[in-house]
Amino acid sequence: MATDTLVRRTPARSGARPAKHAVGLGTRMRRNWQLYAMLAVPLIWLAIFAYWPMYGAIIAFKDYNVVDGILGSRWVGFKHFERFLESYQFGRLIKNTLVLQIYELFATFWPPILLALGLNMARRKWYRRSVQLITYAPHFISTVVVVGIIVVLVDPNTGVLNQFLGLFGAGPIDVLNNPDYFRHLYVWSSSWQTMGFSAIIYLAALTSVSPELHEAAIVDGASRLRRVWHIDLPAIRPVAVILMILNIGTIMTAGFEKVLLLQNTLNLQTSEVLDTYVYKLGFASQVPQFSYAAAIGLFRSVIGLVLLVLANTLARKFAKSSLW
Amino acid sequence: MSVAIDTASAPAPVQETRSDRIVMICNYTALGLFTLAVLYPLVYVLSASLSDPKNVVSGKVWLWPVGFSIESFKAVFDYDSIVTGFSNSVLYAVGGALLATVLTLFAAYPLSRKGLPGKGIIMALFVFTMMFSGGLIPSYLVVDRLGLLNSRWAIVLPAALAVWNMIITRTFFQSTIPEELVEAAKVDGCTDFGFFWRVVLPLSKPIIAVNLLFYAVAQWNSWFTALIYLTNEHLFPLQLVLRQIILQSQFDPSQVRDTAELIRMKELQEQLKYSLIVIATIPPLLVYPFVQKHFVKGAMVGSLKG
Repeated sequence: MATDTLVRRTPARSGARPAKHAVGLGTRMRRNWQLYAMLAVPLIWLAIFAYWPMYGAIIAFKDYNVVDGILGSRWVGFKHFERFLESYQFGRLIKNTLVLQIYELFATFWPPILLALGLNMARRKWYRRSVQLITYAPHFISTVVVVGIIVVLVDPNTGVLNQFLGLFGAGPIDVLNNPDYFRHLYVWSSSWQTMGFSAIIYLAALTSVSPELHEAAIVDGASRLRRVWHIDLPAIRPVAVILMILNIGTIMTAGFEKVLLLQNTLNLQTSEVLDTYVYKLGFASQVPQFSYAAAIGLFRSVIGLVLLVLANTLARKFAKSSLW
Repeated sequence: MSVAIDTASAPAPVQETRSDRIVMICNYTALGLFTLAVLYPLVYVLSASLSDPKNVVSGKVWLWPVGFSIESFKAVFDYDSIVTGFSNSVLYAVGGALLATVLTLFAAYPLSRKGLPGKGIIMALFVFTMMFSGGLIPSYLVVDRLGLLNSRWAIVLPAALAVWNMIITRTFFQSTIPEELVEAAKVDGCTDFGFFWRVVLPLSKPIIAVNLLFYAVAQWNSWFTALIYLTNEHLFPLQLVLRQIILQSQFDPSQVRDTAELIRMKELQEQLKYSLIVIATIPPLLVYPFVQKHFVKGAMVGSLKG
């Protein structure tokens, strides 16, 4: 991210007002009061809806009850964390979360790259246009609808998948209620949905490649595939690394809504992840266990943050590009 | 294949080798397959929604509608919760997008200005929330504490700013509003408010369009906030109604005794899902080709320099 310092860098081209960098901080702040006034609105929002919940997360270390509120409830230290680490759910939740997200990372990583390379290579404008227009479209479809489409496609009685299997005499498969299929269903539908949209960013990187590079390579007799390998791929590598980092950082959180929608009592074995468990503890159980649920949520957030920092460090070291 | 040079980035070679031509044919084929794979489920759902209910249930629909019928669409509009859900969603999408776009511009513009004291710290405060959050339960407690539960504000306010959009918008300002312009306006006695209103906003139509689209689509598609913050069914957005009808009907054993009636209802109920999917998908897809140009431009600006 941009590293703007508090102190204004000495302006190189301020001939008209040479004494600018000598103006005091207070004066400069007063001079910009209208900018601060604008900023105040979003900052208040940020304080209420982003930082207040962070403060509220201290209930993970308390026994929260509605009467005493966040501050008044009794401190219990790491009780809830210990309870979670020792519970039989712990291993399964971590495994399900990680397997699902790493599988998704894999399935959503390479298709957009292939698509972008292919689009960049294609020279017929109408073809590029229509491929792009169609492949972006699923990005705008809601999770509920995507899951709805899955449900109707794989319906054991009427779905087109089982009608198709029926042609070959294969029996109907109840894909939705089978824990073995949950991950594939989840991951490849995500890939279907995000492929076209993620390709935009790679395409942008590819269009910034100077045509002269390609011309020179052609003169040297490089084939089309060679040019993809030696010119196009290196051009998108930094973007790919950054996106990978971002995705690793969200590995503990991403896709929770779709998991919840695809989940049912029969596929819980593979579909129960940290976030769905937190949701159930807090909202879908007879006695809401806010503190315990908040502890699991906090545990998840902290691991996510650590992963992000780790991925960024690795990327800076090995790939020479990073988020900050 | 030796066509005149298109505007595509890869220049056409003078003459193509045989292997290059094969690669090109494979490429066009692969792109076509990718596209068909994306398109098929959408076309299938659309066709099924327009077919005769009997043919949907018996699996005669493969690609095109079989026995054209719009009966299920009529049924959809007779369903009260769908109609209220639809109008609620429109309200949330329009109101939410306007509010969020204003907030985003207010955050992004000052933060795009060079040499604003404290800018680095404020920016860090925003970015940190992308990496760490208090979590679901504490957020719920905040909304509860503010007394917003079961009101329309619970849907709109917590989603009133997305930091990622703010960063994209800020990058747009940095690359389109030169500092010299600000200086010149100041010399002429223009205030920051005046400059924002008279210069920045007119220059920022593309990014405003992108923001409105992003936020409206996000609101239109959201359901989970409504699930936890709302219990009053009259406030439910369409997506929540969809979830009830499409995803939860599965586990609802039908109470109907009469077999003939049961079969008829079951048929229509199955098809109702298809037509509902179509209705919920159309609004965002209708908007998007119009703003697509801006939107790709905006997304690229953000991704390249963000």
